[in-house]
Amino acid sequence: MSTATEITHYVVPFKLHRLEQGPNLQVKCTRDEAMKYYKQMRTIRVMETTASNLYKSKIIRGFCHLYSGQEAVAVGMEAAITLDDSVITAYRAHGWTYTRGVSVKGVLAELTGRHTGCALGKGGSMHMYGKNFYGGNGIVGAQIPLGAGIAFAHKYRDEDSVCVALYGDGAANQGQLFEAFNMAKLWDLPAIFVCENNGFGMGTSAERAAASTTYFSRGDYVPGIWVDGMDVLAVKEATRFAKSYALKNGPIILETATYRYHGHSMSDPGTSYRSRDEVQEVRQTRDPIGKFAELATSSGLLTKEEIKKMDDEIKKEVATAAEQAKTDPELPPEELYTFIYKNPPANTRVRGCDDTIWAATK
Amino acid sequence: MRTIQFREAIAEAMSEEMRRDSSVYLMGEEVAEYNGAYKASKGMLDEFGPKRVLDTPITELGFSGIGIGSAMNGNRPIIEFMTFNFSLVGIDQIINNAAKMRQMSGGQFNIPIVFRGPTASAGQLGATHSQAFESWYANCPGLKVIVPSNPYDAKGLLKSAIRDDDPIIFMESEQMYSDKAEVPEGEYLLPIGIAEIKREGNDVTVVSFGKIIKEAIKAADTLEKEGISCEIIDLRTIRPLDKDPIIKSVKKTNRLVILEEAWPFGNISTEIAYQLQSKAFDHLDAPIEKINTADTPAPYSPALLSEWLPREEDVIKSIKKVLYR
Repeated sequence: MSTATEITHYVVPFKLHRLEQGPNLQVKCTRDEAMKYYKQMRTIRVMETTASNLYKSKIIRGFCHLYSGQEAVAVGMEAAITLDDSVITAYRAHGWTYTRGVSVKGVLAELTGRHTGCALGKGGSMHMYGKNFYGGNGIVGAQIPLGAGIAFAHKYRDEDSVCVALYGDGAANQGQLFEAFNMAKLWDLPAIFVCENNGFGMGTSAERAAASTTYFSRGDYVPGIWVDGMDVLAVKEATRFAKSYALKNGPIILETATYRYHGHSMSDPGTSYRSRDEVQEVRQTRDPIGKFAELATSSGLLTKEEIKKMDDEIKKEVATAAEQAKTDPELPPEELYTFIYKNPPANTRVRGCDDTIWAATK
Repeated sequence: MRTIQFREAIAEAMSEEMRRDSSVYLMGEEVAEYNGAYKASKGMLDEFGPKRVLDTPITELGFSGIGIGSAMNGNRPIIEFMTFNFSLVGIDQIINNAAKMRQMSGGQFNIPIVFRGPTASAGQLGATHSQAFESWYANCPGLKVIVPSNPYDAKGLLKSAIRDDDPIIFMESEQMYSDKAEVPEGEYLLPIGIAEIKREGNDVTVVSFGKIIKEAIKAADTLEKEGISCEIIDLRTIRPLDKDPIIKSVKKTNRLVILEEAWPFGNISTEIAYQLQSKAFDHLDAPIEKINTADTPAPYSPALLSEWLPREEDVIKSIKKVLYR
């Protein structure tokens, strides 16, 4: 039996840039919230482990970037925004696709290239979408101007919605980020720019790529907050603060200090530029799911049995989704020619590999 | 009928569409307070205010992306490039996001956006400011590319482009903005993807588009006096390419000359030549000729520029060649 219905959690202090006041250091969490956050984080972890196995069995091909280790960022941020707010992220998109409302099967079937995937199998690992979820973007940093534009549209219509635009520490050095920061600040766009700092841009450590690794301050005139990205409740509180700030004042940057357990993609073992011991140590001491489970059980918010029960259910759900993702059909070949133009002029045909193949499009 | 300048036709098209649909806005360098680098948005800031007519900093990649992002979320932006030479700074956003988003998302997002501005050479501007990238954009599935050659077409096509649900590259010319032509008062739309027979003729088909088509018209006038009758087709839309009128025309004239202001390697003319030999091989009485700029960066000096840029004399030479005269 759980013994607490609500707890107060003390987060690692935030670091602030150009802010007089920051988020609260005490964060409340109810039993229902704890169940939800644990379940979402664990589902992402199991989904990604399953994707890794499907990749090793050569059922998933191409590039496959896994989110394991970074779950608290997506789950914590979702906890502080609504589905009317918008999200756009980089190519490490599976976790966010799930928290935005796409089913585990929608993600796994996209990875296996099936028509039940969230982009019909046309997008793949880097190009997943959903309602108010604008991707999944395959070009490092290119999603940030898009995110500013999505925020622009919210403001244009006087909506109380923000756009969360995420990038990695590698993308943090791209010029177009600074272009987007500049215009977002000029026009006070309701954007939360989030640097998911997992320490490495592919195989290059943050220190080797960035003249300044205090990413929360690199927007200069854009205020920023550093947050422990391995603590779902800290991320939630920072996001609550950031959303309120962005709607009133314009853009803000969050740097979430996090870690990825897998390599950059499945083709990278992730051990040539860091040691296995380093990864192991993070797993043991900073793991966002393990730490949250420990907090929830030691405070009496959840019991070990409840956690075990959720784990079992998640395992089953993901296994079922994986089975369907392996067996659902792919789109038939003629679907290659669809979704090229929304308004094709009359008689427009799309050419195949040779001049005898001209297909209608839609 | 009244006559107006090309730049006025552009401003009218944008203004009429902005009155009609509140989701349309105009963004670009100098489009608002300066009234447009070439005055193609004159008066629009006054009418629509700074929320809908926005001056941007000189950051083409950033504002291309912002335009596309807003189009994903309900806006119908018009993004002006001061010239398409500068669009290369923003081309990643156009190719990787605007053009592909509908396909990558399995139809969940389409990008109703117009990127517009002048293309190709405009006098002695040197190598970086004299380039034509129609074929670069037209190479990419998902984009539509429109290059009008006169004020009437510009207005009707730009209005259709703004209403279109796909990303559109709309290319003008600094050297056409002052051109005047009859443009009716009131609303009209021209369909995207339809070429126009500008002049009927029997001896040779000349295909061109944009500003340079004027050289073909001059050549046709000159040759008419020599008893050579040219049929001139203005493509107007480059992609999707309206090839049927070209095929039909070549079946009548049996000879084809293509005039395009662009580097010669792998351009629009190359594609048309391929299509024609594929669809009308037996109707050709001479190899297809294409006239392009010289295969060098554009030079500054007038003597060299004259050698680089195709002119009426080059068109006449090619027409006579396909006629074996």
